[in-house]
Amino acid sequence: MKKPRRKRAVVAVDRRATGSVAHAKPKEGANLNAPRARRSRATADGYTQMRDIQRAFATAIMRPLTKGYNMQPKWTDGRSTKKAVAKFIKPNDRLSSFERIEIYNKQYWFRLLDSLYEDFPGLRALLGDERFHQLSIAYIDKHPSTSFTLRDLGQHMEKFLAKNPKWTKPHQKFARDLVKLEWAHILAFDGAELPPLEIDELLDGANPATLKLNLQPYLTLLACDYPVDDFLISVRRRAEPRGEASNAISEKRTHARTKKVKVPKPQKSYLAIHRQDQGVWYKRLDPAAYRICRALQKGETLQKAVERANVRGKAAEDFSQTLQRWFAQWASFGWFCKTPKM
Amino acid sequence: MPANRFNNFTNYGIGIGLRVPHYQHILSRKPTVDWFEIISENFMVDAGRPLHVLDQILEQYRVVQHGVAMYLGSPDGPDPTHLRKIKRLVKRTNTPWLSDHLCWGSVDGRFTHDLLPMPYTFAAAEHCAQKIREVRDYLEVPILVENLSSYAEFHASEMTEWEFLNEVVERADCGILLDVNNIYVSSKNHNFDPYDYLNNIPHHRVGQMHIAGHSKFEKYLLDTHDHPVLDPVWKMYAHASKLTGATATLLEWDDRIPSFDEVHKEALKANKFCKELAHEEASA
Repeated sequence: MKKPRRKRAVVAVDRRATGSVAHAKPKEGANLNAPRARRSRATADGYTQMRDIQRAFATAIMRPLTKGYNMQPKWTDGRSTKKAVAKFIKPNDRLSSFERIEIYNKQYWFRLLDSLYEDFPGLRALLGDERFHQLSIAYIDKHPSTSFTLRDLGQHMEKFLAKNPKWTKPHQKFARDLVKLEWAHILAFDGAELPPLEIDELLDGANPATLKLNLQPYLTLLACDYPVDDFLISVRRRAEPRGEASNAISEKRTHARTKKVKVPKPQKSYLAIHRQDQGVWYKRLDPAAYRICRALQKGETLQKAVERANVRGKAAEDFSQTLQRWFAQWASFGWFCKTPKM
Repeated sequence: MPANRFNNFTNYGIGIGLRVPHYQHILSRKPTVDWFEIISENFMVDAGRPLHVLDQILEQYRVVQHGVAMYLGSPDGPDPTHLRKIKRLVKRTNTPWLSDHLCWGSVDGRFTHDLLPMPYTFAAAEHCAQKIREVRDYLEVPILVENLSSYAEFHASEMTEWEFLNEVVERADCGILLDVNNIYVSSKNHNFDPYDYLNNIPHHRVGQMHIAGHSKFEKYLLDTHDHPVLDPVWKMYAHASKLTGATATLLEWDDRIPSFDEVHKEALKANKFCKELAHEEASA
């Protein structure tokens, strides 16, 4: 199950030539291995030692695995990882320090890769399992989680694909449309919902030149160059259910192989991704309807939004009836909502 | 001892974790279950199906919140946004107590989404205790901290894991969610006697217990929660129950989840030990 966005300050990380993510390094000479006799006794030094150990531990487990799914043999500074982790992790009679922390290194990657696997079934179907897997590693390396919930892990995917077109070549445009829809699906699933307004409440006596209508926070509007909604619906019908968050640890999951799906021909489509009866829906909109909703979402007045529809000629004669029908339908979906100020 | 100030003077019996594959069964069949434990973070959302299902469950059942992301040992202080979301959920569920792990999982704003072991130092104990106190002051509900299963130990540690647990809970004056399976897993991974652990914690602070299954590998045990509870863990549970009194107990089953009835049946095995205990107490 998915959880909400959390805004947190992102601390600058130390990115090395390897492309791996490294936490701020413990200071030069930091003592990660204080002798037992020198008890920390809740001092500031003791806190610093704890934090330095945690930084080193995080550095070790957040570095990408090798192709054979093992911990990297070289540390961030080029020395042996075995030596680096032996400074703060104890070995036991069966496992070296390296092997013990490697268990966590694997779990970190399996867990986060699994999360993206479940959140982007469409992108996976487009690229195939292996290419999606490699893309996911590169993505997590570039955008490690900054939220308490894995629900937010994929929030930068569209931006990542835009900056790294090699991963989706030759379907870059389609892939970006697709991940926009997949992220909108996540937002619609559990995004905030404000008290809805009825159509009568909306328009009764209001001046369209000054009236501003708010759309529900869970609603996303997309203008796409491809029919990504049809593509994703067909893919999702075959998808596995999402796993559970828990404190359990799991071995590397094996999934049924994803069948690659052909890219559809380009076709401009306007979508509203919304929630009805706790389900997520992709609604196709008329281009004029899309422009009106988009203008309302941007905070324009009702009058300006309707002008954005840009309906001219003969069609304009019947447009007022169409407009009424659209607004009645959108209100019945609960798309219009009150804001705390209203 | 079962009802104490750490579990808000409740006397809950045997519960199971509320998991997605069982939603339909629970909502349609309404089976008799003492209580459900929810993973708090799964319901710390603004709206949608998770809360819709939770509200239906709350109409029929008692629910206790268990967290996996408070990271009481992470170096940063408690996150106000995170706490606000938890408190909103606490008000919704009316959970009598709230538990999370004695661990860390984030540093410098980066989240590992894992429950990582602490270096067992006095400074770390004080740091955790301080955070627990702050969290409890804000949430206004008793806090239980759960012992981890772990796969690594630190040179810097100044005490055993159970001594560390003692240090933290005494400094924070909080309760313990005693995970018997985790003790067993860690005892095998770190070569200690699990009964030393059980015998040397403040039993009066135990407000809840966890039982679960684990997996054996060549050189270590993994806490997988994908099996029935194994015999050595049941033996430890019986011993722990004698030390603490019959305590609210929850079976964790989080992967390869079988039918609701199978999970519930496994959980109810714990009743055998509780009944034996009650019988012994009555005889005495």
